[in-house]
Amino acid sequence: MTDFGFTLSRSSTLDLQKVDEGRFEQLCRLEKGAAVCIGCGSCSATCPAGSLSGMSVRKILLAVRRGQDIHRMLQCCMLCGKCTMVCPRGINTRHLILSICSIYD
Amino acid sequence: MTERFTTGFHPFVIPFLAGMVFVLGVCLIKAVIAVRELDGTDRKKWFLSLLHPNLIVKNTIDIILDCLIHVRLWKRNRLLGFMHSSIAFGWFMIILLGHLQVLMFFPERLGTFYYPIFFDYFIEGGQHTWISRIMDGFLILVLAGISLAIIKRFWSRIFGMRRTTRPTLYNLIGLYSLWAIFPLRFLAEQCARAGDLSVSLWWAYSIALCIFMVVLPFGRYLHIPAEMLLITFRNAGVGITRPHKGMARVQADSCPNCGVCIDACPMNADPANLKDSTVYLTRQFRRGNRERVREISDKCLLCGKCTSVCQVGVDGPRLRILARAARKYNIAPDFSDAGTATVVRAENKVLYFSGCMTALTPKTGRSVESILKKAGIDYEWMDRDGGLCCGRPLHTAGRLKEASQLVRRNEELIIGSGAAVLLVSCPICYREFKENYRLPGIRVVHYADYFCELMDKGLLCFEKSDACYVFHDPCELGRGCGIYETPRKLISKAAGIAEAPKNREESICCGGSLGSLSLDFSRREKITRASLENLYGSKADAIATACPLCLATFSRYSDRPVKDLAQIIDEQTEKI
Repeated sequence: MTDFGFTLSRSSTLDLQKVDEGRFEQLCRLEKGAAVCIGCGSCSATCPAGSLSGMSVRKILLAVRRGQDIHRMLQCCMLCGKCTMVCPRGINTRHLILSICSIYD
Repeated sequence: MTERFTTGFHPFVIPFLAGMVFVLGVCLIKAVIAVRELDGTDRKKWFLSLLHPNLIVKNTIDIILDCLIHVRLWKRNRLLGFMHSSIAFGWFMIILLGHLQVLMFFPERLGTFYYPIFFDYFIEGGQHTWISRIMDGFLILVLAGISLAIIKRFWSRIFGMRRTTRPTLYNLIGLYSLWAIFPLRFLAEQCARAGDLSVSLWWAYSIALCIFMVVLPFGRYLHIPAEMLLITFRNAGVGITRPHKGMARVQADSCPNCGVCIDACPMNADPANLKDSTVYLTRQFRRGNRERVREISDKCLLCGKCTSVCQVGVDGPRLRILARAARKYNIAPDFSDAGTATVVRAENKVLYFSGCMTALTPKTGRSVESILKKAGIDYEWMDRDGGLCCGRPLHTAGRLKEASQLVRRNEELIIGSGAAVLLVSCPICYREFKENYRLPGIRVVHYADYFCELMDKGLLCFEKSDACYVFHDPCELGRGCGIYETPRKLISKAAGIAEAPKNREESICCGGSLGSLSLDFSRREKITRASLENLYGSKADAIATACPLCLATFSRYSDRPVKDLAQIIDEQTEKI
């Protein structure tokens, strides 16, 4: 194909019928906090790994629900716990992240 | 003094001999297993330490002071100290003098082992020697200790212990047989001396000894031989490097299940956590209950208070971190190529590392900066606009490999900056820098120490305020790094200072610790409130601390103002 110097971004359409809900349920069993997240984004705002990989707990929870790839984001989490301190719902985000790390292949 | 029987034998000695062979065999096997499980270098270090004359002396002194006289327990609680040393030291002296007595008067019987134990049965008139009289004195001492132990079993509060462990079946059997041994010996000896040679009491004495020795390797009394091995390991510099194995196993076996850590554990402000103290961790380690070991190790705040009060020095936090490290995660972070937003140059200057948490308590960072400016120090702020984490949170979560990647990356950045001093304001980072970083030629210093130096040099000019502060020792700064005095010195320059009832090594964790993986934040409020109650116990009207995490956690619930040490110094100093 001719190289025009730019590319089209890949479609990010979700097929929700194909999404595996089991993962999220499994996660909720390990860490109940997963179910009470309101997606406020406080964690995204404080995350020091955000600048490294676009990491944020909010995005990861969304991605787990949608069945999207989370490996790249999680690879930069330093477990520093700032997200835990700012979470208005008091979610133990570090335990949440470790639980996600343990249920994925 | 004559021998009553030319044979020098009676069947009642058999239970004692069987028990002794059993306990020596099992302890030897356990010791061999533990030594084999050590890393190669550690094992070599240990063998060499056993030949080193200085260490032989140190080992002997430590074993006598810790295992027999229980010096550390005396310092903590005299009644408990007396109870333990009277039993341990008294019993040891009875055994030692008993053998000496046989050696002096009937050396040909020394090889039988049981002769010194049942001396008064086999020998007529043995009670009239001076050695026998000293032994009687020690027996009375042991009996006094045993009676205290019986009182403690049913009424532990008079010994200052609010909660103790509930003994398991093995421990109960061991306990009751231990209680029985000495009164039975006393009665049997007195009867034999009075001329009554009926063997029923001697049988009972021998069987009580046998039961105690048979249950010893399976219950809390294993700590008696294990602690001796632990002392030699510790003096040789052997560390816990493998979960459940080697040093970890010896530490778990050395736990005497005394339960001092239960009252000390800050998590026990909430009765739901009562079964998660270090004493239960070691118990589950011994039983091999992996599920409970996992639960207990995940919950702990890693404040280290159990270790600071522990009589044998069981390192609860380290045992837990390694238990966490044994877990497999399918997704592993990878920081080998992580860059940072800013790479700072600070040739021969002070490099200030504020850490992630300080970003949430910006006053701390600003105050440190302002103080440095007032003192005219040339500095650079390494992570003003965000940077890498120090690695401590990953470390405590048991992800050691990933933590060391972060550490190596940070080392490159810090060494690359060319700084002479690395100034740290967060004790969590400070401990990681101290323990796991290799920064040749760079001095790592916490700001409490650094500002104290500046004050001594006269670079900071204080104006004392009327406020009175109580200093909360953060776990990582106090127990973790041993910094207790400099923060107090600084506060006393800037304002009044008062002490909380529990302070320094015994300070109570704020409950915000990142050490815990599974403790929910809704369940931490009680811990924080208990810690605050302790601080309210002082006369101070405000709280000072030196950790951003303590600051944030206390601020949530405290009804008195909470300030960081740097903030107080900044408010009370003027530009020279």
